[in-house]
Amino acid sequence: MRRLRFILTLAWRESRASRRRLLLFASAISLGVGALVAIGSFTANLERGIRAQARELLGADLELSSGRPLSRRIEGILDSLVRTGARVTRRTTFQSMAYIRRTEGTRLVDVRAVGPGFPFYGEAITSPAGRWRGLDSTRIAIVDTSLLVALGARIGDTLVIGSAEFPIAAVVSEVPGHVTGGMNAFGSQVYIPARDVPATRLIVFGSRVRHAALVKFDDPRDARRLKAKARAIFTRERVSSQTADDTQRELTGVLDSLSTFLQFVGLIALLLGGIGVASGIGAFVAGKIDTVAVLRCLGASRPLVFAVYLTQAAALGLIAATAGAALGVATQLLLPRLLADVVPANVHFALEPGVVLGGIGLGVAVAVLFALRPLLEVRLISPLQALRRAYEIVPARARDPWRLAALGAVAIGVLGLCMSRNEIPQVGLGFAIAIGLAVGILSLAARGAVALARRVTRAPRFRARWPYVARQGLANLHRPRNQTRSVVIALGFGVGLLAMMYLVEANLMSFVRTSTGSVHGRPNLVFIDIQRDQEDGVQTAVLGAGPVIQIVPMIPMTITAVNGRTRDELLRENAATAPRRWTLFREYRSTFRDSTVSSETVVGGAWWHGRGEAAEGRPYPVSLSTELAADLRVKVGDAITWSVAGVPLETRVVALRDVDWARFETNFFAVFSTAALERAPRTSVLLTRVDDAGARARLQRAVSERFPNVTSFDVALIQRTLEAILDRVALAIRFMAILSLGTGALVLLGAVAAGRLERIREGALLKALGATRRQIERILLTEYVALGALAALVGIGLSMGGGWAFTHYVLELPFTVPAPALLLTFGVTALLVAVVGMTASREVFRRTAMEVLRDV
Amino acid sequence: MLIANNLTKIYQSGGQPLTVLKEVSLSVEPGGFLAVVGPSGCGKTTLLGLLAGLDVPSSGTVSLDGQDLAKLGEDARARLRGEKVGFIFQTFQLIPTLTAQENVQVPIELAHSRTGAQGRDGASARALELLARVGLAGREHHYPAQLSGGEQQRVAIARAFANDPRILFADEPTGNLDAATGARVIELLVELNRELGTTLILVTHDADLAARARTTLHLRDGAVVPDGTAA
Repeated sequence: MRRLRFILTLAWRESRASRRRLLLFASAISLGVGALVAIGSFTANLERGIRAQARELLGADLELSSGRPLSRRIEGILDSLVRTGARVTRRTTFQSMAYIRRTEGTRLVDVRAVGPGFPFYGEAITSPAGRWRGLDSTRIAIVDTSLLVALGARIGDTLVIGSAEFPIAAVVSEVPGHVTGGMNAFGSQVYIPARDVPATRLIVFGSRVRHAALVKFDDPRDARRLKAKARAIFTRERVSSQTADDTQRELTGVLDSLSTFLQFVGLIALLLGGIGVASGIGAFVAGKIDTVAVLRCLGASRPLVFAVYLTQAAALGLIAATAGAALGVATQLLLPRLLADVVPANVHFALEPGVVLGGIGLGVAVAVLFALRPLLEVRLISPLQALRRAYEIVPARARDPWRLAALGAVAIGVLGLCMSRNEIPQVGLGFAIAIGLAVGILSLAARGAVALARRVTRAPRFRARWPYVARQGLANLHRPRNQTRSVVIALGFGVGLLAMMYLVEANLMSFVRTSTGSVHGRPNLVFIDIQRDQEDGVQTAVLGAGPVIQIVPMIPMTITAVNGRTRDELLRENAATAPRRWTLFREYRSTFRDSTVSSETVVGGAWWHGRGEAAEGRPYPVSLSTELAADLRVKVGDAITWSVAGVPLETRVVALRDVDWARFETNFFAVFSTAALERAPRTSVLLTRVDDAGARARLQRAVSERFPNVTSFDVALIQRTLEAILDRVALAIRFMAILSLGTGALVLLGAVAAGRLERIREGALLKALGATRRQIERILLTEYVALGALAALVGIGLSMGGGWAFTHYVLELPFTVPAPALLLTFGVTALLVAVVGMTASREVFRRTAMEVLRDV
Repeated sequence: MLIANNLTKIYQSGGQPLTVLKEVSLSVEPGGFLAVVGPSGCGKTTLLGLLAGLDVPSSGTVSLDGQDLAKLGEDARARLRGEKVGFIFQTFQLIPTLTAQENVQVPIELAHSRTGAQGRDGASARALELLARVGLAGREHHYPAQLSGGEQQRVAIARAFANDPRILFADEPTGNLDAATGARVIELLVELNRELGTTLILVTHDADLAARARTTLHLRDGAVVPDGTAA
């Protein structure tokens, strides 16, 4: 106990001269801790919110929905529920064109026709307030603010949907049963009374409609019980069922993945900070040789000296981690405002003590773990060094067991941290391996870059040609106690993450632009759900504004049997041989034609001749995409029975196609011969290109007025929406990248502080030898620009590797390098490091040349 | 060559003024050899700093080769040092990231990069010549850490003569060397002083070393002690 007190006292007194500098080293972990605390707390707040609001989010205890009107069997179940006291309401969802008479604005909207009583839980918030219940009794529309903005409309205007007119009664800001923002942002929402749907005359053959029944039970637990009991029926009747619990699970699942990813980046930022701590402490210890030697002379044992410095490291880690946690809580306060659009539930700020304490603990652990190895060096300082000065510590044996133990402690520590932050051990292990890899690659890259700089500065040609100030500046990168490598690692990671984000985004956006028709000649306006008798009319309307690039018939159908075995039989087969479920349950929208199109190639079998007639009682030829064939487990020659509007259609697979789905054209899982489907009920899709945005809007309005059921998509609008969604996701990641860059800057500041004495001494020496302030400035500037350039080189190199891998393997898109942007990144990084470094080095100029005579 | 009048230097120490140098006056002829001696903390190093223009006095003037240092700014003083002054330090003060030859070249190259003059080959030849002169031929590509203390100090001497200084300041040049090496270093300095006519100002607390100088200035508690009364 007395010994502990002595250690604490000595640690406190000994730190006097260097507290500020030590705090700077330790602060490298603050941002990492801050990020972890902010993300962890925010996620915890959000999950709490979702748990509390799960029923409000769904608007009911149970939702049954289907792409077709609910079957009699399901209606029977609903009736029996009502008899036992449950309440049921409806919601029908479909897309349609909507326009405002007064402004003539047209837009594709998501129509949500809701029955009386909807929602059972939560409250729809309208402005003016209290207009929602009007849907129960009057023909009105309640719309998204975005619709008013897009159409230049206001409350009171008349909104035309199909053949019906709806006065806009209010705008809605929050509706249960609809998770706002995020991925649903394609169309604006319009709420109308369910009983007015027939008046729109939009529900016709081929319309994409979602029918839902929402149930409120007396005992909400009945929802889960019913779902468990009737699961088989629901599957057979193609009804998907969702309880409030499911909603909660889905939302928290998505959140967990996002939060896990962000925490992973936060953890790396923290570990980079740890590397900064290690290198700062290393430089610090090197400057403490005299003190340690004197302490040893005065009788301090090696463990005691080690304990004194470890105590200092732990204490500073605690201070830095606490500051980081405070920063994290402050960020947590800001996040809900920043993410209001993306977040599915209301988030109420609550301090999460577990998360905050965990973050602080993590910070201290990282500081101590990473300080261990450099602190071990104090053991090697001999008391003799107080008498005879040596300038470097005797290097330890490479296999010093203590040093290996310290490295082992770091490895086990990182593994422990990762495992403790993940519920699934494999994920934790994967994290640890990924972090090890990331830091390892960074470390190797940094080592390589520094070695390269050293070779260059020592090359005779370089020495002969470059001016002295430049050579001296570059040589400074490997001055004794330099921290070039850790700065390059930490900054390189931040730059790399930012640049990789940018690369992936740029490649994705350039793909979106090419595939959505920004490129000349590609279709940019699409009309769907064109009925057979409307084909000529729509074509005529379109031809006034642009070419008909493609008009493609679409026939909805399902698969009823494969090779004579019915769907139920197939489902009972074991998983290895049975077709994948989706292939048997989806509704296919197929087409017929006589030949292939440019986005597909036949890779198996052969295309049919001409119209592909079949003799009486013989199957028609069909071609499947390779993906469908694989999941349906069929090959060329197999027989498939389809149901087209209830009529069975026998086919034989004759050709397999490789389809380039990425092209924004009409592509199909199954293509039939003309003879097979030309008489089947169908709708058509028409693709055109109209370059002028105004002309595009006028054409959409003209078609929508004449043919209310025909829906059109302005592809440019989709592109903008996609961009907006990507931007939001990118925001979170960019935030983390900037945070890592901040950690890099702190490590840089620590490095400058660690080399402070060397810099002052060197500056004074050069002044004594006749160097002007300007010359010294240039030397330092060269050093920092070179440091920034190395970090940028490593970061950009990594980002190209990572960006390529992500684009190639995950997005499966071609990868191009936007060179000007990367060059700019390079320049900005070098400049940033130069500014930070020069600012932190002001002391060199403030001190006089006299320092060279003093033994600083 | 070097004239100092009533040099006084006062530092603020813990809020209290601390006079480290009291009205010191001296004068050294071109080619002269002055030893400043005195016990630790008597103000020797402070005096040297003021004479070389590394620092400015609280009062009094220094004239170096006819130039009043008080009238020059920091950069102008640096330029003057670069052209006319050489330095040797107790702790050698070599730049660890440069080789022996590069260390010697630093003053020449600083001057070149100031004036924009070319002729690095000249700098290189001059450095090799000086290294040979101090007995380090063949060691020019070694880094300071690869040299012994005596060798490092010889590199420092070569560097001090690199720009043909009119005056050389040496601060305890043998303080970190064993007796034999120290003696050789002093021989070298005296020899160069004699051959090149460089004025030599030497700070030391070594009486034997001081005895070799033509003139000796005794300092105690920041003030000059008349000859013969120094302890």
